[in-house]
Amino acid sequence: MRRWVLPALLVAALVGGWQIVASTGALADALHLDPLLVPSPAEIAESLWQSRSLLAENAWVTLREILLGFGCAVVAGLLFAVAMHLSETLRLALYPLLVASQTVPIVAIGPILVVWFGYGISPKLWIIALICFFPITVNTLDGLRSVDPEATKMMRSLDASRRQILQRVEAPSALPYFFSGAKIAVTVAVIAALFGEWAGADSGLGVLIRQDSAQLETARVFAAVLVLSAMAVALFALLALAERRVVTWR
Amino acid sequence: MRQDTKMPTAEAKDFAQAASPASNDAIRASLSIRGLAHSYGELRTIEQLDLEVPAHGVLGLVGPSGCGKSTLLELIAGLQEPEQGAVEVGGETGTQGRLAGCAFMPQRDMLLPWLTAIDNAALALRNRGVRRKQARDQAGQLFERFGLGGFERSTPAELSGGMRQRVAFLRTLIADKPVLALDEPFASLDAITRAEMQEWLAGALKAEPRSVVLVTHDIEEALYLCDRVAVLSARPARVVEELSAPAPRTADRDAAVTNPEFVAAREQALHALREGGR
Repeated sequence: MRRWVLPALLVAALVGGWQIVASTGALADALHLDPLLVPSPAEIAESLWQSRSLLAENAWVTLREILLGFGCAVVAGLLFAVAMHLSETLRLALYPLLVASQTVPIVAIGPILVVWFGYGISPKLWIIALICFFPITVNTLDGLRSVDPEATKMMRSLDASRRQILQRVEAPSALPYFFSGAKIAVTVAVIAALFGEWAGADSGLGVLIRQDSAQLETARVFAAVLVLSAMAVALFALLALAERRVVTWR
Repeated sequence: MRQDTKMPTAEAKDFAQAASPASNDAIRASLSIRGLAHSYGELRTIEQLDLEVPAHGVLGLVGPSGCGKSTLLELIAGLQEPEQGAVEVGGETGTQGRLAGCAFMPQRDMLLPWLTAIDNAALALRNRGVRRKQARDQAGQLFERFGLGGFERSTPAELSGGMRQRVAFLRTLIADKPVLALDEPFASLDAITRAEMQEWLAGALKAEPRSVVLVTHDIEEALYLCDRVAVLSARPARVVEELSAPAPRTADRDAAVTNPEFVAAREQALHALREGGR
């Protein structure tokens, strides 16, 4: 109960406060701005309702990119983690590259990827997958390596093959770690999708936000941001739910 | 070499004995360590160690903490390679031979929390490719006898410490190997449960005789459960003294441990332990 009531109260207080300072013009005065540029929550809600079909259309484009890009990162991350776990050579060779991949300035290479792969969905998938790949791979690898050596000895003494140790001991041990990585990844995937659309696209929430801020449609910018955050929270919650269904022993 | 995965019933054993010379069985279940030396990095952990366990003999290893007892068990079980000397299990010195001849029970129960009690117990069968249902049937037959009846589908978290230890022992026994290597199986239990479990293991070994190497730091436990007890010195481990237990595995543990002969043996072992600790 407290889990829902406390954040709800906090949000209500923040929105209420914002409503007061925005509708009285106090916030705009303080920022030395035209009140048009400082929408109140009520105006944002109105914009959300009026532009609902436009927002939904673009949200679906962005959601599709996120799901596909995240899916690719999960598949690649699991494959890399298992391969790096089984082969020390691979682990030593790939680990620095993996860390380096995380430092690639996505904002800078986004436009290059658009030049390479065109305006379609593929540059967005590359960007999202590149950002999601790291937390998933590193966490899963840590999980696979976290197994108590005593458990491995017990399994070896009970005639387990390498594959059976992976399947019966290491993979289940790694599951909670994988989910931690995936939950981090899915929230940054939303930001990655925005970057991807910024670099070049004709639809999606990123495109909408960009156009609306250029046209000073500030209320709709906030409405789009709201939709985007709701998407991130929902994806996170879905993963948390899946984790609870799968990892029953914790 | 894969062994028959079925628990040896009385008939099966009689048959095996009739089919092959009895000495074959005796070799399969025997353990012999000669001139063993081992190091952990630069550190000598075991020096010039000789030990013998005949078929269905129970040998206790007591010694100060960190004296290399656990390493010794892993060497026996084929989980480590000896640096010098020979470790022979069932007449085999190779890693594969030792792995096949000896089942290792680690110090903590190491039950897998994502498996039910019965699936944990049946791990060895599953690893050998027995189908899940058949493996469960086979393991399930032993649950009642091990005092675990009705807990087949419980998760390890739902079991008491003593029950977890029994599932772990069942898991080791179901591997059906002639030699068992037990690493302080009851160290994590409270005093009352530990005494109960010792009595229980004594009964289990009577019903289901195996050759056993039992590592413990509890002299009383060693003298009650084992035929012979080897007292090891501080690192590098060597045998300070080997004693015979006066009345191993009698049904009434309380009577056994207060018997004057037992008390004398305990004093002797304690003395040896102090000598070896220097």
